Amino acid sequence: MNGDPKLERIAKGNALALCATGTWTASFAPVLERMVADAEKLAGGSQSVFIDVSEVAKLDTFGAWLIERLRRSLTQGAVEAQIAGLSTNYASLVDEVRRVRATPVVDSSTITITGMLEQIGRTVAGVGATVAGLIDMLGAVLAAGFRVLIHPRSLRLTSTVHHLEQVCWRAVPIIVLITFLIGCIIAQQGIFHFRRFGADIFVVDMLGVLVLREIGVLLVAIMVAGRSGSAYTAELGSMKMREEIDALRTMGFDPIEVLVLPRMLALVLALPILAFLGAMAALYGGGLVAWLYGGVDPEAFLLRLRDAISIDHFIVGIVKAPVMAAVIGIVACVEGLAVQGSAESLGQHTTASVVKGIFFVIVMDGVFAIFFASIGM
Amino acid sequence: MAQEVQGGIQNPIIRVRDITVQFGATRVLDGLNLDVKRGEILGFVGPSGAGKSVLTRTIIGLVPKVAGSIEVFGVDLDSSSTSQRRNVERRWGVLFQQGALFSSLTVRQNIQFPMREYLRVSQRLMDEITIAKLTMVGLKPEVADRFPSELSGGMIKRVALARALSLDPDLVFLDEPTSGLDPIGAGDFDELVRTLQRTLGLTVFMVTHDLDSLYTACDRIAVLGNGKIIAAGSIADMQASQHPWLRQYFHGKRARAVMS
Repeated sequence: MNGDPKLERIAKGNALALCATGTWTASFAPVLERMVADAEKLAGGSQSVFIDVSEVAKLDTFGAWLIERLRRSLTQGAVEAQIAGLSTNYASLVDEVRRVRATPVVDSSTITITGMLEQIGRTVAGVGATVAGLIDMLGAVLAAGFRVLIHPRSLRLTSTVHHLEQVCWRAVPIIVLITFLIGCIIAQQGIFHFRRFGADIFVVDMLGVLVLREIGVLLVAIMVAGRSGSAYTAELGSMKMREEIDALRTMGFDPIEVLVLPRMLALVLALPILAFLGAMAALYGGGLVAWLYGGVDPEAFLLRLRDAISIDHFIVGIVKAPVMAAVIGIVACVEGLAVQGSAESLGQHTTASVVKGIFFVIVMDGVFAIFFASIGM
Repeated sequence: MAQEVQGGIQNPIIRVRDITVQFGATRVLDGLNLDVKRGEILGFVGPSGAGKSVLTRTIIGLVPKVAGSIEVFGVDLDSSSTSQRRNVERRWGVLFQQGALFSSLTVRQNIQFPMREYLRVSQRLMDEITIAKLTMVGLKPEVADRFPSELSGGMIKRVALARALSLDPDLVFLDEPTSGLDPIGAGDFDELVRTLQRTLGLTVFMVTHDLDSLYTACDRIAVLGNGKIIAAGSIADMQASQHPWLRQYFHGKRARAVMS
């Protein structure tokens, strides 16, 4: 009896009788659904309707629901369809299913033009909210900073040092490696093109100015945004998800002071150090290429470097670093604290943290360029 | 399903033999044997940290074992092929302690997730079955479009149960289903498990700390201690047992309060 399900019509004069047999379970659901849909067309015209289920070998929620669906659609006006021959084993399951209200579920995820326009509007409004959120966080961090200045003992030193290790010390190898390679590439490209004018030696000027003023700090800031900004967002976000931040707050701790400030401090200290190391690595790489590829020996390189660059170039570069660190840190912390309850939200905010962090770093770099140009540095 | 229950097939639905599980140097389960009979609700108790969850996770296959064999539905999970194993997995449902709902999917998508994977049914039928499952676990259909983060603790458990039941499994594992629920909610949940077991002919493997659940929902109780099953039987057997932990558990202040 444990065979394919069937639904057969047994003619019974004026009455409509259907006989269900076989296994009515989830694995046969597509077949069952088709049979039930066909049987539904028989509705109307009969004075009484019976669905005989005594021959059903096996029944689960899927089967029971389909029989119930058939019963409902065959019930028309005064004619109520009856289920007959129900074994006691399955009676409770069928009763259970009978309680289900078949409210058609409206799928809200359909795409409409108004929906898309609404989305655009929300995104634009969101930009304003983002800026406000960043300024809000900046204020909160500064306020926490002042509180710490007044009571220096409330500074979370252990936490700060821990984060300093994470974002600075552990970042050194990768930062040095990448800036070294970039230095090499800049020098190689410079020599390749300057050689046509016989101006090989000017590659030192280009390398020095470019690395110290722009590339060193910008590249390092972008790498830190990707490496540490994302980590901050993910850490704070998962703490937010598990209500750890709420727990802190109820214990009378300020999450800004406990979580955000040490991270910000670590980043603001770390970025100038990393930018300096990065610039040195890039100069070293450039010098190496200039020597091996361009034939500029180290002594000549250093002499030329001393003439070409002044301390101003170095200051211009390094002054930008803490500001960029603050921007990255604030963006990362705002995004982290904005995480909602789902894993998807954590992913979105981590992505947003890195994208916005890099965007703001480049914007800040532009602002600095205008500023330094106007004061003649 | 229900017919098989009453047919009284003697083969146990889960057969665990000489299971040993070790984490580093600590031996959590040590040559453990356990049978779960078809159609029963087995309550599984033991002190905290005794390895109840570990045993559950070992049976489901989430924790590797050092020695022993596990048969579920008569299939040895170690020597089975991938398709056999999938077949077994399709026939059981698991309710994790924290619900383990997919946080980026709505309640409806959570419940339909296994259906989409294993069954080829129309969206309409899936939606209707989802409502049926939600009704069965005592939730309103309106809940279907909420995200897990918008649900209360009790609702999360119910939705997780609905998801565990979405393929109409023959066997469900419940890991502390009533923990974190208020006593009334917990009582309702026990009632719910009983009802579902009756209507769907389920076999239930329930890890619990809740004495009420043991009294009201379970047919049989197994007690874990020192990496072994120290006792198994009805609630009356447990009360009659002379084992010190059992005496404390079933004759302590809380137990007397539940009994009275």
